[in-house]
Amino acid sequence: MNEMNEVRKPPVATTGIIGWLRINLFFNWTNSLITLFVIYCLYQFIPWILDWTIFSADFKYNYLGEQITNQEMCSRNLDPENGGACWAVIYVRFYQFIYGFYPKVEVWRVNLAYVMLAFALLPLLYAKLPYRKYFLYFTYIFPVIAYFLLNGGLGFTEVSTNKWGGLLVTLVLGCTGIALAFPIGIMLALGRRSKLPVISMMCTLFIEFIRGVPLITLLFFGMVMLPLFLPEGIDMDGLVRVLVAVTLFQSAYMAEVIRGGLQAIPPGQYEAAKSLGMSYWRMNLLIILPQAIRISIPPIVNTSIGLFKDTTLVIIVGILDLLGIGRGTLADTNWLGLSYEIYFFVSLVFFIFTFGMSRYSLYLEKKLKTGINMGAD
Amino acid sequence: MSEESIISLKNVNKWFGDFHVLQDVNLEVKKKERIVVCGPSGSGKSTMIRCINRLEEHQEGSIVVDGIELTGNLKNIDNVRKEVGMVFQQFNLFPHLSVKENITLAPIWVKKMPKSEAEELAMRQLEIVKIPEQANKYPGQLSGGQQQRVAIARSLAMNPNIMLFDEPTSALDPEMIKEVLDVMVDLANGGMTMIVVTHEMGFAKTVADRMVFMDEGKIVEEASPDKFFNNPESDRTKLFLSQILHQ
Repeated sequence: MNEMNEVRKPPVATTGIIGWLRINLFFNWTNSLITLFVIYCLYQFIPWILDWTIFSADFKYNYLGEQITNQEMCSRNLDPENGGACWAVIYVRFYQFIYGFYPKVEVWRVNLAYVMLAFALLPLLYAKLPYRKYFLYFTYIFPVIAYFLLNGGLGFTEVSTNKWGGLLVTLVLGCTGIALAFPIGIMLALGRRSKLPVISMMCTLFIEFIRGVPLITLLFFGMVMLPLFLPEGIDMDGLVRVLVAVTLFQSAYMAEVIRGGLQAIPPGQYEAAKSLGMSYWRMNLLIILPQAIRISIPPIVNTSIGLFKDTTLVIIVGILDLLGIGRGTLADTNWLGLSYEIYFFVSLVFFIFTFGMSRYSLYLEKKLKTGINMGAD
Repeated sequence: MSEESIISLKNVNKWFGDFHVLQDVNLEVKKKERIVVCGPSGSGKSTMIRCINRLEEHQEGSIVVDGIELTGNLKNIDNVRKEVGMVFQQFNLFPHLSVKENITLAPIWVKKMPKSEAEELAMRQLEIVKIPEQANKYPGQLSGGQQQRVAIARSLAMNPNIMLFDEPTSALDPEMIKEVLDVMVDLANGGMTMIVVTHEMGFAKTVADRMVFMDEGKIVEEASPDKFFNNPESDRTKLFLSQILHQ
């Protein structure tokens, strides 16, 4: 017995970096082969992309030291051997990318709105924020402030929405669409499950109709047909029409996502709430929805990310969002041929926002995990 | 008889689709009376007590609880539910709330009790079911027996006149059954009106004032525990008792 103990080798390390590498990258020979292949590809790709985006790129000046004002002055157009990305186009057109054609004198209003948006999001992002309650009050009134700030009124000069563009439009559409669609989606989901046949049928019809139609069609509907439903003499703002279409679209999807969560709640939860004397609304607000929404966080964030990216479709009804400004810049003879830089920049901005959303959903899932151990008993 | 009854079921009929689950059920329960309902599965015993707080709707006959008739009238239903507490086989605690919040939720939102008062009440109820130290845990962290005791405390916090128990120990591991039954015995000794659907015959013998035996949607036999266990009238009851007591 003792002899056997002496020849036994220590177990293979399973912790630490070495252990991690062994388990995840070099577990067997196919695994190792794939790892080596991927490392080779990264070795080829990373230096090239770093060189193109940073080391050989022009930011404001070309390699001759001149300030770049059009595409002919980009290093890579002066000397194809020498030069990477020409970020000067982003630098020159930065204002348009972020604010569209918002008048320069009034642009502080947009900046203020951006800062306020960050403050409005704070209490939603950090549950442990000190004085969170007061921040939440601000979050609730922020949309009203933002409306007057961006659009004008209450002493501010009016800036008509056809001057808005770029990131401003993308954020307005994305945030408003998501924020409005959430409560409407909850109501639609509850309505669809209602025992009252009229309500349930109306909600089902609405959801199925909106889901069955592409967003582009809804955008055209908002642009062309919505004004027909309004009384004569009232002109609806173009951006508002698009917002209505986007919100309707998103609410239908949100409703189905939340309905999925509602279906996962065991009937015993309803019975327990009822047996304690809770009314329909109290039962849903206090017992059912908090659980259903927790279950639905991943798909809720999924559809929200989808909507945020779908806002780029507004270009077809003539509203210039971030991508729209990018395409507009490309059509400018001064900046012809810089599509790599522009699409790279637009993708990066979208990625930052959508990646943020997906990280936020992971954080929420982790935070809410305690206590939701439904199966455990 | 019916004037002193706190619960009165008269010719209650109910169907699930074509299945006639309750057939002309008549039951009178007096104040502070402890009724144990037993019978084979599918005999309609759970359905019957779920009709008493309108979790199920009866289709014919009348149910009067503490002077309030259960009809489609939502206000009546709410009032009855405030009088009647219920404990379920699957506990049905709210998993997203702590034990204390589970208990304080209904007093705060339904009875409009101030939060601090509700929390004191919750702690008192937890003392009664003997688990005050679990107040800040979540239901998922408790054993089945502890969860069921929290469920009892949650019902009691609404200060009901009547408690319904729907097979409260059927989902529990054997060693946890006793801790729940002990709490129920205490409650019975405290003078609560109780209707208990259970197969725990030991519990029935100790606390029941009256046994009700159901089969195929009908009440087959009603008797004192002494008569029910030692000298049952119907053959169906004898068969049932022989089956469960042999286990």
